[in-house]
Parts: sequence; C-alpha cells; structure tokens
Amino acid sequence: MSLLAEMNERAFDLGIPLTVHIDVTYRCNERCVHCYLDHDDKGEMTTQEIKNVLDQLADAGVFFLVFSGGEVFMRRDFLELVEHARKLQFNVKVKTNGVMIHEAEARRMRELGVEQVQLSVYSHRPEVHDAITKLPGSFKRTVDSIRFLRSQGLKVTLSNVLMTVNRHDQQGTHALAKELGVSYTLDPTVTPKMDGDTSILNLRLDSDHLEVLFQDTTLVGDVDEYCKPPDPVDDNVLEGYSCSAGHTACYISPYGDVFPCVQFPLPTGNVRRQKFSDIWYHSPQMEEVRSIKVKDLPVCSTCTHAGSCSRCPGLAYMEGSMRGPSTTDCEKSFHRTGIPSANMLRKGMAAGGPLVQILPITV
Amino acid sequence: MPETYIARSPSIAARLLGGEMMVMSAVDSTFFTLNEVATVIWQSADGQTPLSQIVVHKVCQEFEVAPDDARADAEHFVHELSQHGILLVSDQPIPATTPGTAEHK
Repeated sequence: MSLLAEMNERAFDLGIPLTVHIDVTYRCNERCVHCYLDHDDKGEMTTQEIKNVLDQLADAGVFFLVFSGGEVFMRRDFLELVEHARKLQFNVKVKTNGVMIHEAEARRMRELGVEQVQLSVYSHRPEVHDAITKLPGSFKRTVDSIRFLRSQGLKVTLSNVLMTVNRHDQQGTHALAKELGVSYTLDPTVTPKMDGDTSILNLRLDSDHLEVLFQDTTLVGDVDEYCKPPDPVDDNVLEGYSCSAGHTACYISPYGDVFPCVQFPLPTGNVRRQKFSDIWYHSPQMEEVRSIKVKDLPVCSTCTHAGSCSRCPGLAYMEGSMRGPSTTDCEKSFHRTGIPSANMLRKGMAAGGPLVQILPITV
Repeated sequence: MPETYIARSPSIAARLLGGEMMVMSAVDSTFFTLNEVATVIWQSADGQTPLSQIVVHKVCQEFEVAPDDARADAEHFVHELSQHGILLVSDQPIPATTPGTAEHK
C-alpha cells in the first residue's frame, strides 16, 4: 500500500475530510455543451467568507484542496484566495479552462506553490474544441496557457470529457497532451444539469464507443487485467463503502452549500450559517451517507460487480436513491467485462437483447 | 561547532493527521509522513531556534530520550528532508517566508 493510500485509510478511520473541492464561482466565460452548471451569480461568498471557510478547513484537517468553478479566474480575487490557502499549507490543485491565464498568472501560481493545474481540452482541432466551449478562439488561448504553465515548471493535466461530439478526436487530443508534455485524463461521464434537466445526457457515449475505450491500451494499460471478470464478492466488499464522498471528501459551492461530493447534490448544510465542522460531523444527511455500506444497497449488494464497480452514489441519488444503482456505472462495468450487472439483469438491459435461455435438449 | 537552523520550506503542503504530520513537496510531489518525534522537530522549525535547542527543550523533554541519540536522529531527519527541499537548513537564522513572498522552486 502506498503512503498516500495509508493516509487515506487513516483519514477514513478518523473521519477527517482529507480532500475538499470548492467551487469559488459558477460564472464562466465558456458555455460548454455538456456543462451541468447554471452560470448566473446567485450570491457568491465574498473573499473574506471564503478565507474564513479555508481557515475552518485547515482546522478540520483538510490537506488536499481543489479550487474549481465555473471558471476560477472570473473572480478577480482568485489568486488572493490561492495565496491564503497556501499560507494555510494546503496542497492546492486548480481546475480551469486556462483562457485567462497568461505569463503573469502562471508565474504567480508557481510562486505560490500550486501543486497541479488541470485544464479542459476537448479536441486537438480548434474548430471542434471551440464548438464545444462556444467561445471562439478558446482552443488557442487554452493551449497558450498550458505552455505558460509548463514554462513555469508547473504540473499540468489535460482533461478531456469524451462525448458523442468529440469521440473521433480522442487519440488526437491524447497526442496533443504528449506534445505539450502534460498528463492526460479522460472521462466519459456526462451528468444531468443541476436543475435536473437530463437533455445533455444525449451527449454520453454509446456502448460501442465505451467498449472501444476499454480496449485501448494507451488508456487502460493491461486490457486483460482491466477487463477481467470481477473477483467474487466477499464480506470485505459487503462491509465496505462505495467511495470517499462524505467519508474523507466533500464539496462546497460558491454559495457556501456543503455536499458530500460535487456529483452528489444532497444538501448537508451551509458554511454561511454553520461551522464547517458542525456540518461535517453532525449533519444528519452527512451521517446518513456515511452509514451506507455495500451490504445496504438492495440491488448492488447482489451484483457480481459489487467489488470492482465505480458506482457513484451521487449519480444514484440523481436517479432516485442514494442506495440504488448508478445506471451509467452499471453500463461501464458491463462494457468493460461483458458481464451484465444485477441492475441490468433486473431491467432486462443487457446486450440490447434478451438473454440466452437454456432450453431442454430435444432427444 | 556552528549551530544549525532549520525552517519549513514555503513550497510544501502539510497537515497534522492523528498526531503525525503529512508533508508533500509541491516541487516533486514527494510525500512524507513524520512520526511524533519528527513532527515535534518539524513544528519547531521556525528558522530562529537552533536545532540543538529543539532537541534539548522539545525532543528530550517530551520523549525521554538521551540527548546524544536524539541529536543524531534529528540530524539524520533534517538531512533527509533537506535533500527533498522540504526543510531549509543554514548555519545562520533563516528569515520567515510564506508562499509567494520569495522565489522558490
């Protein structure tokens, strides 16, 4: 076990929120076709309010702090917030589209000791990227910012959300990351909008394209290992939990609302009215999330994928129950291994047709 | 024998977790966890207090170890962390710095 994994386990046992993701704004200069956010400002926390929250997070033991949005640089005080966070000795990661990062911003982030900057790039072709962001010229500005950041020696990750509209460009985008000398991450997850609108789910990759991804050695490494049938489900699996949401991680919105995760829109409290530690330790919603073990999931506890599935309780919550299946993760498990999930079998969704029945042999 | 002064680098991230300090370098992402003794030395590394005094007044008093053993362990620990740029070491007092107030790689 790595040292970091040990620390995660320790934080889990102690109930410490090791990682907090804070969106400092929902405003953005791009209008990405798949974005789940409402970009209107409905009363963001002030500079002082956020600094106060950061003080509380440090006291609570938070180590990894992710600044995101919206576009973080839409706030004029963003680097002041980063400076405050670094004085509190957080490990700081910044998620941005990079459009407003020039040499000065890149230099300042390096001076402040930002650990990593993650930028969204959807294609190696400017016309495709710009069509997705709906901001003409955004590809050039984002790639320029990556070069500024790299020239300062900062660690940069290029993050690609793969959808129907950019699926042909995956390899080209990966090659662009290599050319720029940065890490590359790929995520095929598209989530419903915050207001529950599911229209953007049409952008999700279909099953054939997911299967192609899972067979790509440049993305998954050893395909045989990655796609192997799941290990048998044992008591360790059933006594375990789905993910770190509410256990060692949580999310704070620009309005001070606290959720178990950015993908888990269950309100648990608000730092404008309550202390963070009171929400983290005593919110009934947070306590409920923490109480749910795999054995408590009516469908998933019976599933052969229970020990290896990426089941997201937040997506399950958006589907209707935090104890229910997350269909998109069921599909990923199925397309990765060829073995249908319990939820798919229940709904008759596997392989797009009826399951083969064992028929009596006619003699 | 000249004194040794130690200060925490402004390029690190650090947090106490269940009595042990987690430290990560923003330069090379090296991750350390410090045991209780090392944590006390780390927390005392203000750039102004000589290492010898940290050993005598903090380590020996809190952990009941012999001064010579404590000093040898402390010097080994300081050397290791300084190799990763996590601790700054000097034979002169080190001025306080915070992230962004001084050039650091």
